[in-house]
Amino acid sequence: MTAADKQFPPPPILTHPSASPPILVTQGAEGRLYKTTHLLPTLPCALKYRPPKPYRHPALDARLTRARISAEAKVLERCWREGVPVPAVHAMDAAAGWLAMEWIEGVPVRVAINAWLGDAEGEAAPTNEKQEEDLVDLMRRIGEAVGKLHKTGVVHGDLTTSNMMLRPRGSGTPANGEPEAATQDGRAKALEGEVVLIDFGLATQSMSDEDRAVDLYVLERAFASTHPRAERLFGAILDQYKTTFKKAPSVLAKLEDVRMRGRKRSMLG
Amino acid sequence: MDITKKRRRIALGCEGSANKLGVGVILHEGDLSDPSSCTSTVLSNVRHTFVSPPGTGFLPKDTAHHHRSWFVRVAGRALADAGLSPDEIDCVCYTRGPGMGAPLTSVAVGARALALLWGKPLVGVNHCVGHIEMGRAITGASHPVVLYVSGGNTQVIAYAEQRYRIFGETLDIAVGNCLDRFARALEISNDPAPGYNIEQLAKQGGRVLLDLPYAVKGMDCSFSGILTRVEELAAQMKAGQGKGPDGEPYTAADLCFSLQETVFAMLVEITERAMAHVGSSQVLIVGGVGCNERLQEMMGLMAAERGGSVYATDERFCIDNGIMIAHAGLLAYETGFSTPIDESTCTQRFRTDEVLVKWRK
Repeated sequence: MTAADKQFPPPPILTHPSASPPILVTQGAEGRLYKTTHLLPTLPCALKYRPPKPYRHPALDARLTRARISAEAKVLERCWREGVPVPAVHAMDAAAGWLAMEWIEGVPVRVAINAWLGDAEGEAAPTNEKQEEDLVDLMRRIGEAVGKLHKTGVVHGDLTTSNMMLRPRGSGTPANGEPEAATQDGRAKALEGEVVLIDFGLATQSMSDEDRAVDLYVLERAFASTHPRAERLFGAILDQYKTTFKKAPSVLAKLEDVRMRGRKRSMLG
Repeated sequence: MDITKKRRRIALGCEGSANKLGVGVILHEGDLSDPSSCTSTVLSNVRHTFVSPPGTGFLPKDTAHHHRSWFVRVAGRALADAGLSPDEIDCVCYTRGPGMGAPLTSVAVGARALALLWGKPLVGVNHCVGHIEMGRAITGASHPVVLYVSGGNTQVIAYAEQRYRIFGETLDIAVGNCLDRFARALEISNDPAPGYNIEQLAKQGGRVLLDLPYAVKGMDCSFSGILTRVEELAAQMKAGQGKGPDGEPYTAADLCFSLQETVFAMLVEITERAMAHVGSSQVLIVGGVGCNERLQEMMGLMAAERGGSVYATDERFCIDNGIMIAHAGLLAYETGFSTPIDESTCTQRFRTDEVLVKWRK
């Protein structure tokens, strides 16, 4: 048992003997994400676990954990069925607080963009239009993924470039850690791949323009703070969103309102 | 004399944004160019509360009348307790907002009169910032995530770049308003405070946890649906029809217990999310609901799991008071801020993040 296991005891499902021991990937306020395997020792999977909260009444805690795991699984299932790029659900035990999903190879979009932008700086040459086209193309893929998501009647609730993975196309070769080095070829490759949306812990089923607009607004703000140097290209996301999703015009009109007032209404009293 | 050169700086603060009228006097000592040498001392903290009969809330008109009738007595008492004469005071501070209009204006008129009478500058203060600064001064929490919970406000706040930024807040009514109005439904006494009496009653409950809506959305939350549901359950109980999950009738104590467990769990959850977001392990609870010991206990359990701790104050500083207005006002005055008499308005809408916090790095 490692020190991390002592501090964050793993869920019972991960305590059985296994050829490949689970790895704790992230520890958030909500839950923990483990990398483990499902059915076959060669089939990697992501296991999300919501541990019990000691401050909550046990009855309330059980009710919330069950409802949240089950809601997340339902949303993922719905997206997956309708062709939105999300991880497939392998298995779940809502009462025990865990959900096993397809493991998505690749790096978060945030890492890929920052690596790419960082390289541009390193070469000390201004990025030319041809190179910038690679980034614009990635933005379009993001816009398409979000458009498909909203078309399905799901809003993500926490859209950021950390909650999107860039999965290498037709990959049998798992990319681990940093994207490839900054050769001209590698640089173009760094932005290649399929955009997969992850972490649906705050997702809800909604068809309202307001909710969809807030989803886009959260992404816009997160993008501006995470990638200030690429902020001006954000429009490419919205353009592709419009192409993918036929109800986009009314959402984008609402987005104007949301931008004017911020995500929150003004405080009364 | 230039305030920044003085080693002893004194402010009188007047608060009346809701049903508490408070006047307090604070002393800041030390060299302003060396903030670590500065100390704050409470010289007096006087409060008089307008208590409405069980089953009713405090209305703006009656509350304003209460503040007008008590202002002179409370202010006189605060000066006497501090053992000061008016000429020893550097500035008069008052609550600009947010709060109820009529009570705010009554107290602003009182503060303006004192400033003119004594020939002292006036400083308008944001009520929420007053709570935060007083909480920091009393507990010594340096860089906490702040949960501000009262009858009028519910916000999760963290400091960044000279603003107290709101990370999460209620989307409808405040948590304290939910508790106060529930107390009315059960005709629980408003003396000393409805929330206090709910807390005492809840200690006798706990046999069952009644199912109430749980409304958290990211770092925001909502209480109006919970209030509607708990009022329905209270009506069923009065009609002798209420049955808990175990098939036995539930009591008023069970309702209080279930309401507290549900709304406090929501507050702790959004606070935890904000702490994870900003990477802080300190949490400071301010505002009237912050007196609740069950809320403090739950917050402590959460913070301990994150390797941190909870900071809270008692009713003298949690519940609205004049001293926090004096303290926050004096901090602003020390940076050169003051409110000219002809701009000394008040406002019901005054967001925490509108204030430029010049006194922090």
